[in-house]
Amino acid sequence: MLRRNFIKATAVSIALAAAGFVSQPAVAADTIKVGILHSLSGTMAISETALKETALMTIAEINAKGGVMGKQLEAVVVDPASNWPLFAEKARQLLTQDKVAVTFGCWTSVSRKSVNPVFKELNGLLFYPVQYEGEELEKNVFYTGAAPNQQAIPAVEYLMSKDGGSAKRWVLLGTDYVYPRTTNKILRAFLKSKGVAEADIMEEYTPFGHSDYQTIIAKIKKFAGEGKKTAVVSTINGDSNVPFYKELGNAGLKATDVPVVAFSVGEEELRGVDTKPLVGHLAAWNYFQSIKNPQNDAFIKMYRDWAKKQKLPKAESVVTNDPMEATYIGIHMWKQAVEKAKSTDVDKVIAAMGGQTFKAPSGFSIKMDEKNHHLHRAVFIGEVKGDGQFNVVWKTKGPVKAQPWSPFIAGNDKKKDEPEGK
Amino acid sequence: MRKLLLALCCCLSAFAHAALDPAAVRQLAAEESDDKIAAIHRLALTAESEALALLQQLADGTLKDDKGEDITINNRVRRELEGALAVLKLIDPDATVRIKAVKEIATNVDAGMAPMLAKARDRETDPKIRALLVEVHALATLKDADSKVRIAAATALAGSADPNTKAVLKAQSEPANETEVEVRRAAFRSYLEVKDRLTLAETIGRIFSGLSLGSILLLAALGLAITYGVMGVINMAHGELLMIGAYATYAIQGIFRAHFPAQLDWYLLAAVPVAFFAAAAVGVLLERTVIRWLYGRALETLLATWGLSLMLIQAARVIFGAQNVEVANPSWMSGGLEILPSIVLPLNRIVIVGFALFVLMLVWVLMNKTRLGMFVRAVTQNRAMAGCVGVPTGRIDTVAFALGAGIAGLGGVALSQIANVGPDMGQGYIVDSFMVVVLGGVGQLAGAVWAALGLGIVTKFIESWAGAVIAKIVVLVFIIMFIQKRPQGLFALKGRFVES
Repeated sequence: MLRRNFIKATAVSIALAAAGFVSQPAVAADTIKVGILHSLSGTMAISETALKETALMTIAEINAKGGVMGKQLEAVVVDPASNWPLFAEKARQLLTQDKVAVTFGCWTSVSRKSVNPVFKELNGLLFYPVQYEGEELEKNVFYTGAAPNQQAIPAVEYLMSKDGGSAKRWVLLGTDYVYPRTTNKILRAFLKSKGVAEADIMEEYTPFGHSDYQTIIAKIKKFAGEGKKTAVVSTINGDSNVPFYKELGNAGLKATDVPVVAFSVGEEELRGVDTKPLVGHLAAWNYFQSIKNPQNDAFIKMYRDWAKKQKLPKAESVVTNDPMEATYIGIHMWKQAVEKAKSTDVDKVIAAMGGQTFKAPSGFSIKMDEKNHHLHRAVFIGEVKGDGQFNVVWKTKGPVKAQPWSPFIAGNDKKKDEPEGK
Repeated sequence: MRKLLLALCCCLSAFAHAALDPAAVRQLAAEESDDKIAAIHRLALTAESEALALLQQLADGTLKDDKGEDITINNRVRRELEGALAVLKLIDPDATVRIKAVKEIATNVDAGMAPMLAKARDRETDPKIRALLVEVHALATLKDADSKVRIAAATALAGSADPNTKAVLKAQSEPANETEVEVRRAAFRSYLEVKDRLTLAETIGRIFSGLSLGSILLLAALGLAITYGVMGVINMAHGELLMIGAYATYAIQGIFRAHFPAQLDWYLLAAVPVAFFAAAAVGVLLERTVIRWLYGRALETLLATWGLSLMLIQAARVIFGAQNVEVANPSWMSGGLEILPSIVLPLNRIVIVGFALFVLMLVWVLMNKTRLGMFVRAVTQNRAMAGCVGVPTGRIDTVAFALGAGIAGLGGVALSQIANVGPDMGQGYIVDSFMVVVLGGVGQLAGAVWAALGLGIVTKFIESWAGAVIAKIVVLVFIIMFIQKRPQGLFALKGRFVES
């Protein structure tokens, strides 16, 4: 009796499993699953929420035009909550449970470092849309944000130039984690190569979510008062930027005296800040909302319509920024590569990605490098205006090839300009 | 030819400044910064009121070129422009405009300005502005060919409190930059004076930022000093009560924006009672439903309140969204109070220090001067005896907990003015709050005050010397060691009831 029940039960479960096995590919044939891995809560939500919305908007745009290879895209959104180990957990869930063909996600480098082993182990595909410190080249990752030579170095060069104020002393200010530390290491080496003395560089870090910038502003003032023209390079990330800029405005540190150039502050981060006292402070990016061209007008309009349709908070004042554009480019390039490879298979898509081009909202035809998984991008430097937008004061003539291995770090000259094991 | 005339007419009508040199006006829209700067100087030299108006428009970003597009400027042009405008504004009838102008000139002075500054100085009637002008004039003449003029300038600069002046004087006192030994000596004497003044200013600034951090810690911890310190409830949801206060402020701001835009600046005053009662109401709810069943069971309370904190965070996410919300400083709290050129005390922080004092007074009066406070103290000192003499102990527990929660709500109002308001903002303050209460000594309000101020000032001094990350670590290690040596905290309760 007992045994017969057991046999029955086994038979039923095998049948069910078989049915499941058969039916699963049938479901998967209808849609292609796409993972979206951005913090929707916690300290990084200020920056990353807009990237989730951009990804969903782009997916809806592609679906409305017939999808990819005749299949609709299906977004799987997860919230890793600004919690770095949770990023790895959610990435594993996307790859093993949801079986996504590609993932768009991460902002901070520490979150990317946390998911890299997962994508490598399970041979997944990640598109990372934010400027970062370089020093990394993974076969399973495409970097659509800037490498240091496409953002940090040109920004510092601009501040050294006559128009940038001929800065001679430097404050390198950041949040305490891998991106600011590495970027500042590169910048320090770069500044030294330009003849800046050790005593003319001050490095300063704060924890994530820090909200009391009085001491730091006082220190900057003191450092700047020692005779030479001073500039601040800020790699502060996340919502700490709001108290930092508020304090900067309250303390009356003007851009004409001590300009602050930020690498992680764009239109979105400044939405919650009164920018009138901040006019003239700078940001370096590969895209600004204020750039005028038909692609950008269409992109801005698309996002505004999307915000209204989705009833996002303060939909009437939404802005676009660089990582949003990078997300948009990434999804479109992935689509083109899938269509070229005629498959969503990760290795085939990776092979097809090299050399893809896309007419981007920044006004250039952007190319994915044939080898090094980075985009060729133009660099813009903008000054904050009273309305929270940026006024482009300097730009490169055309797209610049990324150097993920910065020449300013010793030993990098021997590293290959393409991922291992490709 | 006609085309050119037409273009010129268009250009002139667009600018509508017929009296000014049209070529210079047009050059303001030039591509190169050098051309723009040259045009600014040419226009500034005319000293016409039209030139002033035009340059002001350029500085405000409202000036348009002949294609109707905004003329944009960068920091370099802006600096030159502000300098030129400041010179034009030196003759303004309004004294506040003149003060601003002199300060602007001081940041970017050169020898060519000396005669003009001397004229302005001799004409000036306001003694404060005159003193500033004397200083700026001295800066301009410090490189004069005549060594007597240089000595006079170096001596006149002794009264300055500007870090830039310090650097200039230091350079002047070095043989490489100055040949005359007399001038060097005068410059060095002035340098020492300015340096002392600046060191003093720096110390004042540090003490103030320590006070400010201390007052924030105090506001965050005062509620906990009542619920944990006096009642013995380990309330892990304390941070979320702060969050409720901050969101109440946000809600009131929204109501004022929608219905009383004219009184928007005063929304904070309305937010204070609302935040208090909102947090207190949540406090009553927590106490009645969960915490009162767990009195005397510390571990269970800890777990239960931790669960409650997660529920409150999630509730805030559902109601207000996961992203931070924007709570603006009212205009009377924006900007800063300039004590010396090198220290500006932000107004929002000054107001918060005052607010912390107010809340402290409120709590002190409530606990020591009212019947309710007496009951609370009686219940915590000896519950059985208090019950015997007719104190309704159960109700007093609820009221005391509500009071602690309400005070946390007030802390939330203050936090909303300087930190980010989001669902998990409370998490960042819970550790700090417990640190303050434990360090100060459980069961003591005075202990919390000294602990908060002490932690604030110590943290700020370490921060300015070793950075924010190290400061956090050092303070934590210090507290662990202190508690090892003195588990009862700074101030211990004395008397028979302590053991019970």
